[in-house]
Amino acid sequence: MENYNVNINGKSHTVSADPDTPILWVLRDELNLVGTKYGCGIAQCGACTIHVDGKAVRSCSMPISSIGEKEVITIEGLSENATHPLQNAWREHDVPQCGYCQAGQIMSAAALLKENKSPTDGDIDAAMHGNLCRCGTYLRIKAAIKTAAKNS
Amino acid sequence: MNVVKTKYKRRSFLKASTLAGGGIVLGFNWLQGCKAPVDDTWNPVSKIMPDTWYDINSFLKIGENGMVTILSPNPEIGQNVKTSMPMIVAEELDCDWDHVVVEQAPLSSSFERQVAGGSGSIRSAFDTLRTAGATARQMLLNAAAKKWEVDVASLSTSKGIITNDKGENLSYGELASEASVLEIPEEVTLKEIKDFSIIGTDRRNVDLEGILTGKPLFGLDTRKEGMVHAVMLRPPAFGMKLKNFDAAAASKVDGVYEIVEVEGAIAITAKNTWAALKAQKLVNANWEVDGSLENTQQHDETLLSLLDKRNDKLKRDDGSVTQAYSEADEIFEKTYEAPFLPHNCMEPMNFFADVSGGKMYVEGPIQTPSWTQSNLAEAFKIDKENIEVMMTRMGGGFGRRLYGNFVIEAAKISEKVGKPVQLTYSREDDMTLGIYRPASKYKFKAAIKDGAMTAYEYVGSGVNSARGVTRENWFPAGCLDNYRVDSHNLESNITTGAWRAPVTNFLACAEQSFVDELAHKLQIDPVKFRIDLLDRAIENPVGEIDYEPKKLKGVIELVAEKSGWGNNADGVHQGLSAYFSHNTYVAEVADIVMEDGNPVIKKVTCAVDCGIVINPIAAKNQIEGGIVDGIGHAMYADFSFEDGKPSSSNFNTYRMIRMVEAPEEIDIHFVETENHPTGLGEPSLPPVGGAIANAIAKATGKRLYKQPFINSEILG
Ligand code: FES
Ligand code: FES
Repeated sequence: MENYNVNINGKSHTVSADPDTPILWVLRDELNLVGTKYGCGIAQCGACTIHVDGKAVRSCSMPISSIGEKEVITIEGLSENATHPLQNAWREHDVPQCGYCQAGQIMSAAALLKENKSPTDGDIDAAMHGNLCRCGTYLRIKAAIKTAAKNS
Repeated sequence: MNVVKTKYKRRSFLKASTLAGGGIVLGFNWLQGCKAPVDDTWNPVSKIMPDTWYDINSFLKIGENGMVTILSPNPEIGQNVKTSMPMIVAEELDCDWDHVVVEQAPLSSSFERQVAGGSGSIRSAFDTLRTAGATARQMLLNAAAKKWEVDVASLSTSKGIITNDKGENLSYGELASEASVLEIPEEVTLKEIKDFSIIGTDRRNVDLEGILTGKPLFGLDTRKEGMVHAVMLRPPAFGMKLKNFDAAAASKVDGVYEIVEVEGAIAITAKNTWAALKAQKLVNANWEVDGSLENTQQHDETLLSLLDKRNDKLKRDDGSVTQAYSEADEIFEKTYEAPFLPHNCMEPMNFFADVSGGKMYVEGPIQTPSWTQSNLAEAFKIDKENIEVMMTRMGGGFGRRLYGNFVIEAAKISEKVGKPVQLTYSREDDMTLGIYRPASKYKFKAAIKDGAMTAYEYVGSGVNSARGVTRENWFPAGCLDNYRVDSHNLESNITTGAWRAPVTNFLACAEQSFVDELAHKLQIDPVKFRIDLLDRAIENPVGEIDYEPKKLKGVIELVAEKSGWGNNADGVHQGLSAYFSHNTYVAEVADIVMEDGNPVIKKVTCAVDCGIVINPIAAKNQIEGGIVDGIGHAMYADFSFEDGKPSSSNFNTYRMIRMVEAPEEIDIHFVETENHPTGLGEPSLPPVGGAIANAIAKATGKRLYKQPFINSEILG
């Protein structure tokens, strides 16, 4: 095990972990930030999506040793008071069913909107391609992303 | 007036205790200062908690400030019962929904049928939930009458306020203490349906805030004092068992505690999930053959050959199909096939268990807490009273979480290592140790004479389907004189079980594809073909039927109207499918256009008769989800076995529908009715496979007979 200083949601934490430990498990098991979800462990479902230096990253496939000084944002730190335009749009459309995939969906969408203020349908499909939802909430996710783009 | 007796199921209306003081976990006033970020109808943070809660009955308690806590009895798997069930209680209580907080109830003898399955929660509990709310309202009214010394009949309620004929008001909060010690009324009056003000309106998911901010809601989020993480290594194929293992290398992983044999498998406990997962790969296990090692190819051959056999006892045999065949100009026949399917809940199986001193506490995602408690009692030879079961929110169920084998595993590990344990299935464990939808096949036949159908028959065969893979008393039963149904079973050691809309998730696709192809063959419009058949069953049904043909006709007519059936734009190809399941009637029209030679699903129009709609925004979400899920599995889901080994273990090889493949639009219309509500977790899924297959047939002139459709030449 080694000690790492990581910057998560604007706070610095010291964690001791094996270098190959995916940041997902550091968040969930060491820091008790359980909003980031495990779905596949191989970067195929998007449930574990976080932001690393503003980019959407699958935390299940990124080892703690590669984080360094980079800034990590999770669903818990996406906004103050849960007022990110996407969170508001998710409320408006009542998007979730089971809800399990939704943190990952929101984090992928937030990274998209950061780079592209008014995404087309094609842009949204491409940015969200890595996020699975077994409950089938894709239409609402897409509608909510468009609402958020309009309101931000 | 709708007066109901409370005697029936009276136990539910008794109080858990006379006074629940201290406001439990919610009793903080700091919330007063928090302002809701947006419209606060769905934001519990905006709610001001009382100092004291008064238990009125098992379903609800009221605070001195008028806040109401409603317990949601059934497990929440994403079907939204945690919102819709409390809405029904709140409606009859006649309180303000903004003043309601919802809590998940544990497994308790105060409640009935605490099950998430069969789209049955709302249908089964509607009357009980109404009575619970109405009973509480009556007790509050009685308390007010006593206080004012007036006749209770002179009082009225609205949004948590009781008013007398002088125009004076008392709030539920002011009366909660007195009401909580009153006798339970013998009978209560329910609202008229036209007076509903919560039921039938859009109410946001009560866990929405938690979901949007990453709060610990799910099974895998459970964290308890002294808990260790556990992962198991199980046999790699059906028909194999553990011979022996060497855990030397695995034990060296940092953070690994113990590696033990449990339930014919190897359990690794560790400080964190990652250590356990790493060690799982390093355990050197030897497996031995213990049964047959089965192959999909063999299953397919056997299932197909069974379709040509006839049982002595048929599922149904009206008139004489044989005679109609002998007189027919032609016998039209088609065969349909579907594979095994894993459930792939986005949250893999998991459970928390703490077993010690002859008692156990288990907590996690389970659709059948009561059955699981019984299974635990049997497995551990202890009384049910010593087993406490708590349900978390579930990251999907789809039938997989009806089977609590993972709860027994977690409890056995906890017993063995003497610690509280959270068992996690890796995605690979989840997909390869499934309780799969069984593979099934159907042969449909129709006799045609002088351009008309004179007989209809279908035969089904399925793996582990001793109870049958047919619905013989549903459409087109009752619609024609000569009608025959038969079903065959193939036993297998591959574990199978319920998968969202068991049996009908594929039977509907096969049937509705056949009916459509038959209509085209007879050169009758598919809408008219079905309606002509149903008219016969409405006027003078043949034999016994278990569906209401009038309602099925109703949704077909509605979807035809709303989809512009017959008036579609150039280049748009429409396919119809209609199906009754779980007491709900659904008709769907898929619109397909050809883009670069490939069919693209643009829109699905859907008509639904599910009785009273409790929460339209969530009801539509269920219907949309069922449609997307149904399209995804019909189009892409492929799963097979070779020598007992599953063909896929993760989403890199198992294809699930993604956003780009979902239809652009789903347009839903409810039949307006005051009938008792039915369920929505499943019924929109069965028909959709047929709707897209029929639309693709129109677009390409080619029919699809085998799922997943993506493997067909038309789409490949
Ligand atoms: S858990 Fe990381 S992509 Fe699935
Ligand atoms: S909401 Fe259930 S998986 Fe997306």
